[in-house]
Amino acid sequence: MAIPWKPASQMTHITKNTTRLDGVVKVTGKAKYAYDMLPDKCLIGRFVTCPHPNARRLSIDTSAAKALPGVKAVWVEGRDIYRFSGDFVAAVAAISDDVADDAVTLIADSITWETLPFVVREDDARQPGAPGAHGGDRSNVREATNENEGDVDAAFADAQAVIEGTWSTQVQTHTSLEPHGMVCEWNDAQDAITVWASTQGVFSVREGIAQAVGLDESKVTVLCDYMGGGFGSKFGSRTEGNVCALLAKDAKQAVKLLLTRKQEQTNTGNRPSSNQWIKAAAKDGKLTAFQTNAFGTGGITGGAGFPTPYLYSVPNRRVKRDDVFINAGNQAAMRAPGHPQGSFAMEGVMDELAYKLGADRIEFRINNDPNATRRAQFRDLAERLDWKNVPKEMNADKGTVKRGWGVGAATWGGGGGGTQAEMDIHQDGSVVVRCGTQDIGTGTRTVVAVVAAEQLSLPIDAIQVNIGNTNFPPSGGSGGSTTCASVAPAIKVTADNALFALFERVADAFDTSPDNLEAFNGSIRTKDDPSNSMSWKDACALLGAEQVSVRGQHEGGLSSSGTAAVCGVELTVDTETGFVRVERAYLIQEAGLIINMLTVESQIIGAVIQGISYALYEDRIMDRMLGHQVNPNMEFYKVLGAPDMPHIEPIMWMTEESLARGVIGIGEPPVVPVAGAVANAVRHACGARVYDLPITPWKVLAALEGANA
Amino acid sequence: MATRKDDHRPDPPTDSTDEQKTDRYQVSRRGFLKGVGGGAVTAAVVKPTAAKAQEMMPKGVSAASITLNVNGETRVVPNVEARATLLDVLRNRLDLTGAKPVCQRASCGGCTVMVDGKTGYSCSMLAMDTEGRHITSVEGLAKGDTLHPVQEAFVEHDALMCGFCTPGFVVSVASLLEHNQDPSLDEIKHAISGNICRCGTYTRIFEAAQTAAKKMRGGM
Repeated sequence: MAIPWKPASQMTHITKNTTRLDGVVKVTGKAKYAYDMLPDKCLIGRFVTCPHPNARRLSIDTSAAKALPGVKAVWVEGRDIYRFSGDFVAAVAAISDDVADDAVTLIADSITWETLPFVVREDDARQPGAPGAHGGDRSNVREATNENEGDVDAAFADAQAVIEGTWSTQVQTHTSLEPHGMVCEWNDAQDAITVWASTQGVFSVREGIAQAVGLDESKVTVLCDYMGGGFGSKFGSRTEGNVCALLAKDAKQAVKLLLTRKQEQTNTGNRPSSNQWIKAAAKDGKLTAFQTNAFGTGGITGGAGFPTPYLYSVPNRRVKRDDVFINAGNQAAMRAPGHPQGSFAMEGVMDELAYKLGADRIEFRINNDPNATRRAQFRDLAERLDWKNVPKEMNADKGTVKRGWGVGAATWGGGGGGTQAEMDIHQDGSVVVRCGTQDIGTGTRTVVAVVAAEQLSLPIDAIQVNIGNTNFPPSGGSGGSTTCASVAPAIKVTADNALFALFERVADAFDTSPDNLEAFNGSIRTKDDPSNSMSWKDACALLGAEQVSVRGQHEGGLSSSGTAAVCGVELTVDTETGFVRVERAYLIQEAGLIINMLTVESQIIGAVIQGISYALYEDRIMDRMLGHQVNPNMEFYKVLGAPDMPHIEPIMWMTEESLARGVIGIGEPPVVPVAGAVANAVRHACGARVYDLPITPWKVLAALEGANA
Repeated sequence: MATRKDDHRPDPPTDSTDEQKTDRYQVSRRGFLKGVGGGAVTAAVVKPTAAKAQEMMPKGVSAASITLNVNGETRVVPNVEARATLLDVLRNRLDLTGAKPVCQRASCGGCTVMVDGKTGYSCSMLAMDTEGRHITSVEGLAKGDTLHPVQEAFVEHDALMCGFCTPGFVVSVASLLEHNQDPSLDEIKHAISGNICRCGTYTRIFEAAQTAAKKMRGGM
């Protein structure tokens, strides 16, 4: 076990606000992303994509493209079956993007296709006789979950309140601003490759590229200083990375291959849809029964799982859930995979049961939530929302613009492990940290500096941080909200090791043993006599030319998994236009020991914004007649913008017990409860429940019409 | 010019010669969206194949040397094709990669620069059309190591996360404050309504804009 974190009250940097280390290079435009790299003589890569939602490639002729002056390499996908519109069929590398575009056109024109029957909507795919998304007799429906617990029928018969409804959620695309892709530079002299990747995991990219081009991993270097968003979709080398590397190997020079916006929207993953018929019951203030028949689509590969009854305790459950296959791009992990879908439905269930029981909506949740932290968070949220003055009944406003309040909750695992790091301390006092992790915008680079500065008792700018490089000690991918809880402890252990190594080298000069030395406010001093002190610089000068250089790794006891969050929103519904305007949003999040308050709050604000965007706007729309995505762009795939912004309050749950749990990552959980809270607030405002995301004005009007019918 | 619809400045009066010169490319975002209505979706700057480009090109217009005024410096860029956008030239010829290609069709603001003091989408301007104009990219805002007050405030308020949209937002806010040093929250929202951030930094951008405005008014 590691030396524990010192008490939060004694900390100088940790738990405080530290501005981003890379803030200045990002606001000045100097930060170089993969998309900004253009090595000497770099070729431009482009994909040829399948123009049909389900098709067999009968022939392809790349000779005209190869003959085009400036085309240096061509790749052709080996398989002849393509199951969604936009799938990668071939690729070129050429001396300019214009020549590459021309070559793509020549190849696309050369292909003869046999088009096959297709299906792009999950409702259609489930119909008897629907075309098989995979062709042939393979069913479009696969059972994913079938669980029974307790006696559901008896519980329904014995209930005080029973509700029933079908909640559904749309397919959401990650819409990362920097598209997927890489720049790969082939080094012919050394048979090696350097890769600048827009990625959430440099080591997983190295593994994939090494396999794709048949090199030892030691010959592959993957770099990622900055990356423009991933949200779960940028792990591994993926097809576009492998193809970029193969083209570079073939051309024996550098190739830059980043996806077009359209390809980014159709080919890089998405949050699967869900359709959830639910019947639920309660008695004496407690949930007693939950039954669901649900399905969702993760596109052509399935994987549309989501948890219900989510975080609430229900003793009697019958859960049946299917994966539905359609001819569309496959899903990828997206910020808390599955949870927002489950939460949206379950929070609706909670409100409907509470209304039916005549119970307070927050008290009903507290009654049924097994997590003590979240129960306390709900009480805190009630204070912040001034809940006692919020009307109990729906549709309380008499005017046409009606105000409503709604809440929701989240759970998440997270936790840390695995990461290693190394630290050098030089005779001039400079400190260098190297760790192979990557900063996906969450502030990981800054976390490294904060922890190192804390342990060495130095200012933040005394630490030089080097990350995003597979030649540095390994660290896992930035997913599952595990990065901070993996990296921060590893840096702490490494800094503790480095400090002790320094003490061993300089103890003689203090006429004491290494155990009796400590770092304090930019100096080294003896514990028993603080006056026996030397500045950091003077102490380091004793090292001479051979720096202290040590390693360390994540150790248990410094991080935890399992976290809780609750969300409350206040909004208005214009019952004449159906327009929903979120005015205030509160998100209370447990995060254990918070390394950097400023950046953790930014993440929570961002998650709330993404959650509202999911609730009100975002929707991947498929054309059922033609089989293409209608809106693979940024004007018709609508995300929340500046004019829509509510006032957002991120609230960190900083109890002593929580701080003592060590570091807990929270990138994902705050996005979870937002959509459910928004839908509940709409229902509370105007009395109409919109069961289907996104909550667009026409759905609100239709629901109002239904409610008033 | 591909002036943004959310530009906060009224169009300057133009004489007829100037109007003729710019009329062809007077594409506002609203006008652009109208243009793609009815399901036809085309890129803002259509890139024809080489063969078609040859047919379509007016005689005498092909790759040419152009002179741009970027961030106060005169830059001669040889061999620029007529179809090259300002964004292409900034990024691939002048190594000014602050402006980003994101949507590639004038809807996200990642490529925002100032042209003659007005914000515009550089992905949807032809480089040749910007000759003789004053182009300011995000790289031109700081004076040496001294950050522009907007940049300073972005860092201070953590108005950025992954940072890919950040240069576009910084330019939009800087342009706003050049003309209005006491903007209301709604004016700030309007000024950046043509920029999209996916990480969700908007509320902190509002705070940064307000702090920067105060600094520029001499209030702090």
